[in-house]
Amino acid sequence: MYNGKYIIPGLIIFLALVLFPFIKGAGLGPLKVETEKPKNSKECVLKTEKMRDVHMVLLNEWRDDVIRNGKRVYTNESGKQFNMSLTNTCMGCHENKDKFCDKCHVEVGVNPYCWNCHNTSPLKKEGEK
Amino acid sequence: MQRSRRDFLKLAGVSALGLSAGTLGFLGEGAQAADALPSAADFAKPAKAKQWGMVIDTAKFDDALFKKCIDACHDNHNVPKIEGKQEIKWIWTEDFEGSFPTERPAFLAEAQEHRKYLLLCNHCANPACTRVCPTKATFKNDEGLVIMDYHRCIGCRYCMAGCPYGARSFNFRDPGEFIAKDKLNLQYPHRTRGVVEKCTFCVEKLAQGKLPLCVEASGGAMVFGDLEDPKSEVRKVLKEKYAIRRKPDAGTDPSVFYIL
Ligand code: SF4
Ligand code: SF4
Repeated sequence: MYNGKYIIPGLIIFLALVLFPFIKGAGLGPLKVETEKPKNSKECVLKTEKMRDVHMVLLNEWRDDVIRNGKRVYTNESGKQFNMSLTNTCMGCHENKDKFCDKCHVEVGVNPYCWNCHNTSPLKKEGEK
Repeated sequence: MQRSRRDFLKLAGVSALGLSAGTLGFLGEGAQAADALPSAADFAKPAKAKQWGMVIDTAKFDDALFKKCIDACHDNHNVPKIEGKQEIKWIWTEDFEGSFPTERPAFLAEAQEHRKYLLLCNHCANPACTRVCPTKATFKNDEGLVIMDYHRCIGCRYCMAGCPYGARSFNFRDPGEFIAKDKLNLQYPHRTRGVVEKCTFCVEKLAQGKLPLCVEASGGAMVFGDLEDPKSEVRKVLKEKYAIRRKPDAGTDPSVFYIL
């Protein structure tokens, strides 16, 4: 191979770098994050697994429904109705952002800016932990 | 509308008692709002209209009533208190010349000349602001409200240039720092640096079948209703009293009327 002595080691280094995260993570179980569960409520808007996957999609849909379509009530699969509000519904149950939202967000390194505007709890003063 | 207005008057009496009790204890409007969270049931009976509008009886206002209406709005909507050019205002006052610069009356009557006028977004039927917004962050909804999706606002301020009434304010700084912590209404979001904000005609209250907060606080000096419905409270008032609008020649068809 023309210039094989550069290309082959180069390819090996490249593959090693690309595959490193997969090799390092091999054999480890799924990522586990312990979050604080709401005290006064058992049922979430969606099932836990589904919520884990699509809460950001749901929030986007809620925002569009509330602001654009003037629709403010969400009915879930079991027929329970919710006020479509991050501040008043989600944060009303999950009253500690740092013990719930932040847990996963920090773990996976995402930094959503919801709380630049939305209060971290509708029930107590901001700044209180 | 008629029935809800009667209900409102009854309610207003009761809540006036509650309010006066609250102010004795140095509680701001924001602090009082921290009771039960709004649930789905609260939105079961929204107030509906084709074009919401307002009539302001300017003779009924004094400084105390201005303050009451402005505080009711600004405290509940977490509007930051900033002095000077970076001021954020949803509802404010201005003299005759500032309010109605195109009227140009010669020898204006003294009462009107020395009066202040309560100003807010006119929720124009043909708004200039929404036409120039490049992201459709601000738009007119099907109830005639001109509202904002702050998530989409890129802070270009075209809308502020477009609005002939100065009804919009830009957040040059993080507004959170200018809201007193004990005044913060925890059930309502505040805005972030880099977005424009303005009056919403209390879209979140209308959705619960309630009146806008300033109208409630005005004790009858402001009337609210559907301008497209000839039987509505606003139309009844407009049938009886001569009322003007701000800068009608701007062609935006404002929905806020002033009885002089
Ligand atoms: S008053 Fe200004 S901001 Fe309000 S709807 Fe009219 S043009 Fe838009
Ligand atoms: S400042 Fe925001 S709302 Fe105003 S025109 Fe620009 S994007 Fe639209």
